[in-house]
Amino acid sequence: MTAILTNLFDGVAYGMLLFVLACGLAVTLGLMNFVNLAHGAFAMAGGYICMVLVNRMGWPFFAALPLAFVSAAAIGIALERTLYRHLYARSHLDQVLFTIGLTFMSVAAVDYIQGSSRVFIDLPAALQGQFDVFGVGIGRYRLMIIVICGLLTIGLQLVLAKTRFGSRLRAAVDDPRAASGLGINVPQVFAFTFAFGCGLAGLGGALSAEILGLDPYFPLKFMIYFLIVVTVGGSSSITGPFLASLLLGIGDVAGKYYVPKMGPFVIYTMMIVILIWRPNGLFGRTAAR
Amino acid sequence: MFVRKQLSWAAAVAAISGLAAVAPAKAQDAVKIGLILPMTGGQASTGKQIENAIKLYMQQKGDTVAGKKVEIILKDDAAIPDKTKTAAQELIVNDKVNFIAGFGVTPAALAAAPLATQAKIPEVVMAAGTSIITERSPYIVRTSFTLAQSSTIIGDWAVKNGIKKVATLTSDYAPGNDALNFFKQHFTAGGGEVVEEVKTPLANPDFAPFLQRMKDAKPDAIFVFVPAGQGGNFMKQYAERGLDKAGIKVIGPGDVTDDDLLNNMGDAVLGTVTAHLYSAAHPSQMNKDFVAAYKKAFGNRPGFMAVGGYDGIHLIYEALKKTGGDTNGDKLIEAMKGQKWESPRGPISIDPETRDIVQNIYIRKVEKVDGELYNVEFATFEAVKDLGKTKK
Repeated sequence: MTAILTNLFDGVAYGMLLFVLACGLAVTLGLMNFVNLAHGAFAMAGGYICMVLVNRMGWPFFAALPLAFVSAAAIGIALERTLYRHLYARSHLDQVLFTIGLTFMSVAAVDYIQGSSRVFIDLPAALQGQFDVFGVGIGRYRLMIIVICGLLTIGLQLVLAKTRFGSRLRAAVDDPRAASGLGINVPQVFAFTFAFGCGLAGLGGALSAEILGLDPYFPLKFMIYFLIVVTVGGSSSITGPFLASLLLGIGDVAGKYYVPKMGPFVIYTMMIVILIWRPNGLFGRTAAR
Repeated sequence: MFVRKQLSWAAAVAAISGLAAVAPAKAQDAVKIGLILPMTGGQASTGKQIENAIKLYMQQKGDTVAGKKVEIILKDDAAIPDKTKTAAQELIVNDKVNFIAGFGVTPAALAAAPLATQAKIPEVVMAAGTSIITERSPYIVRTSFTLAQSSTIIGDWAVKNGIKKVATLTSDYAPGNDALNFFKQHFTAGGGEVVEEVKTPLANPDFAPFLQRMKDAKPDAIFVFVPAGQGGNFMKQYAERGLDKAGIKVIGPGDVTDDDLLNNMGDAVLGTVTAHLYSAAHPSQMNKDFVAAYKKAFGNRPGFMAVGGYDGIHLIYEALKKTGGDTNGDKLIEAMKGQKWESPRGPISIDPETRDIVQNIYIRKVEKVDGELYNVEFATFEAVKDLGKTKK
């Protein structure tokens, strides 16, 4: 029984991490209809920024996390203004080719600057180890991930559903022409949304270094996971990717624990079954545009 | 590169002055080594270590041997066998190299094997570690190691030192399977029991669920083989899950505690016992000088890959000395067989039968020395041959 609960806990933490990493992609892909395969590069940027701040400059971990978010968002907004916005009207193939090129450039750049060895972020002692709750092993770091990501999800949902910005964004997505006719500054809304998505990726990258490892190949290694989350979740809301991340996280951890011989196939099998059942993802809208 | 340019200028000048016949004779004075290494991609640290070690050796010993200038032509294959093959072809056909060397991973070494056979030139393997490699061409010589060497030794050692129940965690690819099989053979033959066996996918380094399974199986120790780079993740999550406190030790071939990364792993790694060919803490004077020179030149510690490269270039130098500068492939291979020398890792030799390396395997324990983590050797198995060769 305790083994099941420990695995459940690990799975939830893993799923939450996947969600923070991937939900920025869900935003750009689903809301802005832009295929940004360079998403992982922003996550990697956040991770490396956090590492440099903590390891080399002696910042506390919790102060470095917001900065990882802000700097990844800043890089995002700079690239959006200079490069990305020219591609909004282009075909998906152009977008894929462009962003995969960016990914390779980021890999080479980080490899050149930081070297190819895997790096770790020095964690405060309070985040290391596990404690027992009625025999269930609770990892401190994983608990922190659940708390941070849980709060983020609630905040995100509130912003999208309840605020003026949320309704502007939804209007801009559904019909950009009518929205700008109503006085909404569509490019600005998109730029802000894109930057926010990149910031989330940066935060996810910083949080994931401990669990997934951080090296220059991060964007390529985990691209498939981001894409699975978004495909399975459907890309029209935040709820879809959130539930998909949890489901895949728990499934992946449980699969590796109970049937280790299946290895990574559990997550792929889940994806295929769900997509056969619901081709547009769990919460997909049919033919959004 | 510079030398080549000079030579082509010399050739051009000679041709213009009607002395074209002299030019080929001049070109013969260089020995060319085509070095194929992963300089980018996940295995790049292997490539960099080997390149550094070769540079260091040539700085120390000079770049002429037996009256010939040694020229290195480096190609990056990113550890992708198709690229290795193309690079080897270009080196052999266009650059007319006398050796191909390097090879970060097993598939790369195998991809080049038929080309070495065809061109009749030596292929010096400086990193890749599965047993079969030297059997794929009579022109292959290896200066790194085989996984059978260290995995069998740690299997024998563990069972004699109070470790009876072991869970294994190995990466699911050829070297991982080699490590697992050789360990299991020797460990169970001595009366040990493998209570849990998990193969982890190469691409997913979250070890949490696997480690939880290990913890629940309550073994005396975990036998681990993961490729260089993942060792740090493994050790961190091992500590996070409290396996160290549960009294479960870590044993394995030394890849998991590579000197290259050891210092970043944190104190959880203390007490890990591994069997391996090289430690930066090896107490010989030669190694102390080697580590000091390497640190001075490149700013970090050499790992076992660097030693594979250092010995590889040494073997090439010695072979050339023995043939008096003759670059005939068959003569060079003959000259390499049975070579014996003192390496930073200790005494080593090339087995004349298999062309594979014979070396000491050391049992080491991770300890803190002057505030840094080191693999400190405490037992030696001398002149270990590769046990993984197919029986004939």
